[in-house]
Amino acid sequence: MIEARGLVKRYRSTQAVNNLSFDVRPGTVTGFLGPNGAGKSTTMRMIMGLDRPDAGQARIGGKRYADLRWPLREVGALLEAKAFHPARSARAHLNALAASNGIGSRRVEEMLALTGIEKAADRKAGKFSLGMSQRLGLAAALLGDPGVLLLDEPVNGLDPEGIRWIRTLLKHLAAQGRTVLVSSHLINEMAHTADALIVIGQGRLLAQTTVAQLSARGSLEEAFFRLTEGTADYSGSL
Amino acid sequence: MTTATHSHRAADGYGYGFRTVAAMEWQKLRTVRSTWYIVALEAITMVGLAILVLSHEGYRQMTAAERTSFDPTHDCFIGLVLGQLLFGTLGVLAITSEFSSGMIRSTFAAVPRRPLVLTAKAAVLGTVTLAAGEVTAFLAFLAGQAALAAPAPHATLGQPGVLRAVLVAGAYPALIALIGLGVGALVRHTAGAICALVGVLFVLPLLFVTPALQNAGQNFLPHPMANALTSVKPMPGTLPPGVVFALLCGYAVVAVAAGAWALARRDA
Repeated sequence: MIEARGLVKRYRSTQAVNNLSFDVRPGTVTGFLGPNGAGKSTTMRMIMGLDRPDAGQARIGGKRYADLRWPLREVGALLEAKAFHPARSARAHLNALAASNGIGSRRVEEMLALTGIEKAADRKAGKFSLGMSQRLGLAAALLGDPGVLLLDEPVNGLDPEGIRWIRTLLKHLAAQGRTVLVSSHLINEMAHTADALIVIGQGRLLAQTTVAQLSARGSLEEAFFRLTEGTADYSGSL
Repeated sequence: MTTATHSHRAADGYGYGFRTVAAMEWQKLRTVRSTWYIVALEAITMVGLAILVLSHEGYRQMTAAERTSFDPTHDCFIGLVLGQLLFGTLGVLAITSEFSSGMIRSTFAAVPRRPLVLTAKAAVLGTVTLAAGEVTAFLAFLAGQAALAAPAPHATLGQPGVLRAVLVAGAYPALIALIGLGVGALVRHTAGAICALVGVLFVLPLLFVTPALQNAGQNFLPHPMANALTSVKPMPGTLPPGVVFALLCGYAVVAVAAGAWALARRDA
């Protein structure tokens, strides 16, 4: 369970997140949707305690992130594809993170196998393709077998097979009773992965809904554009 | 991955702490090859320059005054000029490489208590650089004495002040590594942090030009302080060695504390 209450974040001239409140419930995949620059990543960083909100707060299972005793065993996050030292091997990267939360190296080997990067595990992670970096990030997120997962655009850089694999994995994880929040700016991608939806634009909550509700009246894409109309940072014309 | 596993947490004790975070930091430091390149380069510099300098002392040609001030211990540690910068860079990189790569957000996600992260980093970095520094300093001293030709007087560890000089020559680069770590946490960028370090170590002493200022520099600027502490022949106007060394340690503590404060305050 993730609860966001009145989150506000300003950067110099822009209001990145503006009085944002929502709940993410366990048991389903929740899509976190909005145009580029809507404040999705900033919100996720505030949930993780990486950025400090100017107002409001986020709680995970009733606790602030900073108060978690074994953060990696409670929350797994993939916030950026390359959150690792480029000269360190994938295996060493995972072992270091595991050590901080008292997780054994057997679990590291399991996650290398699960994400399909075991053969590349001793290569410098900086040499990884975007897709492999995402898999390494996912392995790190799953290290502690956490009950809550936050993934920021996890399908970026994955090939179609990888995308299908991650969809199946996320649904499987949610079905086990975990809370899964996945951000994307692609509504159609979300429709295949998520059941619940949180739609934001310009840092504000536009809708807390479900894929079924949103697509009840016609095309999902049209419904999304109607919702986010006027909130996109830029719009092209033909 | 099993369904039952995410309810096991309550049984896991107090949660992360210094021990687990230090284990992470040790893994990080040891699994990046540049760490060991820097340590090896430091050893080669220290020992190599000691041999080079002591084998070319030219004691026979020295004047009487030069012979009086000849300090075969201090001359073994010319390599500190570069060695301090090498370990200082290691300290800087220990934190700035995390910012430049995005690793810092993985680290803070695993350990949200940021001062604890920097404390553990400092402990691991300090231990590794101190151990490497001491071994290197003793090797440099022994190699230097072996390279020194008769009739020049040789130093032995039993002579007054010699052991202190060797120990400080080993500890000093480790203290600069910690200062580098603190500066890196404040500045966050590798180049900027190394520039700041070069400024403190090399540029600042150049500004202390008059005799009175030079005296102050000897007592309060890191590199001149190390110079005085590694000298066995007394240098006029210096504070007691214990005081100077305590002051150096104080600088390292202040730098790491300031870095920890900055990490806790700013967004990652």
